Amino acid sequence: MSTATRVLFDAPGPRARRRTTILTVVSVILVLVVIGLALAQLGRAGQLESYRWSAFTTAPYLKVIGNGLLGTLKATGMSALLAFPLGGLLALMRLSARRPVRWLATGYIELFRSIPLLLLIYAFLLALPRYHVNLPIFWKLVVPIVLVSSAVIAEVFRAGVRALDRGQTEAAQAIGLRYWQSLRLVVLPQAIRLVLPTLIAQLVTLLKESTLGYAVSYPELMKQGDFLTARTHLLIQTYVIIAVVYVLINFLLGQIAAAVDRRLGRRPGSRAPATDAGMAPTA
Amino acid sequence: MHVITDNLGFLLQGVLVTLELTVLGYVGALVLGTLMAVFRVGPIPPLRVLGTVYVEFFRNIPLLSLLVLVIFGLPDAGVTIGLFASGAICLALSASAFVCEAMRGGINSVSVGQAEAARAIGLSFTQVLRFVILPQAFRTMVQPLVNVFIGVLLSSALAAAVGVPELTNRTEQLNLQYAEAVVCFVFAGVVYLAVALAAGAVGGRLEHRMAIRR
Repeated sequence: MSTATRVLFDAPGPRARRRTTILTVVSVILVLVVIGLALAQLGRAGQLESYRWSAFTTAPYLKVIGNGLLGTLKATGMSALLAFPLGGLLALMRLSARRPVRWLATGYIELFRSIPLLLLIYAFLLALPRYHVNLPIFWKLVVPIVLVSSAVIAEVFRAGVRALDRGQTEAAQAIGLRYWQSLRLVVLPQAIRLVLPTLIAQLVTLLKESTLGYAVSYPELMKQGDFLTARTHLLIQTYVIIAVVYVLINFLLGQIAAAVDRRLGRRPGSRAPATDAGMAPTA
Repeated sequence: MHVITDNLGFLLQGVLVTLELTVLGYVGALVLGTLMAVFRVGPIPPLRVLGTVYVEFFRNIPLLSLLVLVIFGLPDAGVTIGLFASGAICLALSASAFVCEAMRGGINSVSVGQAEAARAIGLSFTQVLRFVILPQAFRTMVQPLVNVFIGVLLSSALAAAVGVPELTNRTEQLNLQYAEAVVCFVFAGVVYLAVALAAGAVGGRLEHRMAIRR
């Protein structure tokens, strides 16, 4: 809780305390009623029978889901490995003093930030094979993800460089460093440090985007869930478990990003960079 | 090129469905997100917890996973909602978490002194928010909220994967019928690009107009 939210209301007096207590009780009851109604509906439909859930503790089920998780992590990892360097390169190009280079990067970034990932994936899956561009399934998923997310990551890097105090570049020039030297020795180390939490948070987006393996039949979690439900018809159970896995991993990544943010702290002379709140949810 | 001219009505219908999904999803997200933001900064402990859990859940669940649960899962639980409505609801739910975070970020960006001064002259929690904090907070929220709009537009394409006949879905259908499919993808891409850039431009103007000149 930040200080700003803490001072929105006064230390409560007796009347406000009573009101808070009443609203607390009412809201708890309301939330419990909603949860109860949902569980009752699931129970009526027979979705809460124990056999429907206990099956997921057996080895064959766990193996299918485990393989899916492996596929998800592989696709996410490979996307990150390619998208981060490409994003960094694009950011440098967009900050370049040469106009054609800058325009090229700006065009790329604006284009791939504005078209849906799924459309691009369908293009790689359906349209490009007609022109004899036929990638393996894994790359039909990863290449579009890299194209789209490198544009977003480039903007994150750029925000970091721009958030840095101008004095840093000027000082680097004053002591006689060349352009690349000042980037490598002065600007980039600080800029990357500044956007590190946001970059970690980008992993969440990459992980979510890998769910589109569902559309290209790449065996990640969503597709493995499809495989499982086609045989077992335990659709709700399968996808609830898969959703929980996703939420847990992403929550963990978010916590790591927040911890890094707290640890690095804010250094004087630098404005706060764009936080993940400014990032658009695309998957 | 004739693929597009022959199927212009079909494609425009898809553009319309995409825009409807986007607008409905976005408006829903604004309402839910604002509510959750008020819960999260408010004085009622269980509502704060509810807001936090809600945001962490919907921010971290992939939209596709939510869509599959709602569209294919709910009928198994005896609840049926239309395909289009399900798509709009899922978009609203997942975007509302980002709206909530944008609002909270905006509220936190207003200096503490403002809230203290407002309280010192005797305003209540709702009055502090309504008259002092939110009008100032809204300025810094414009850009993130526009980003959420573009995000909703782009993620509305995911509804294609579960069968909502919007732009991406119709492009895919045409691709199955015709040989020269790349034109359809270019058309769809240009439409998304145009809407996203227009939204960005409107956001930029809005921000410029609301900025305080010192």
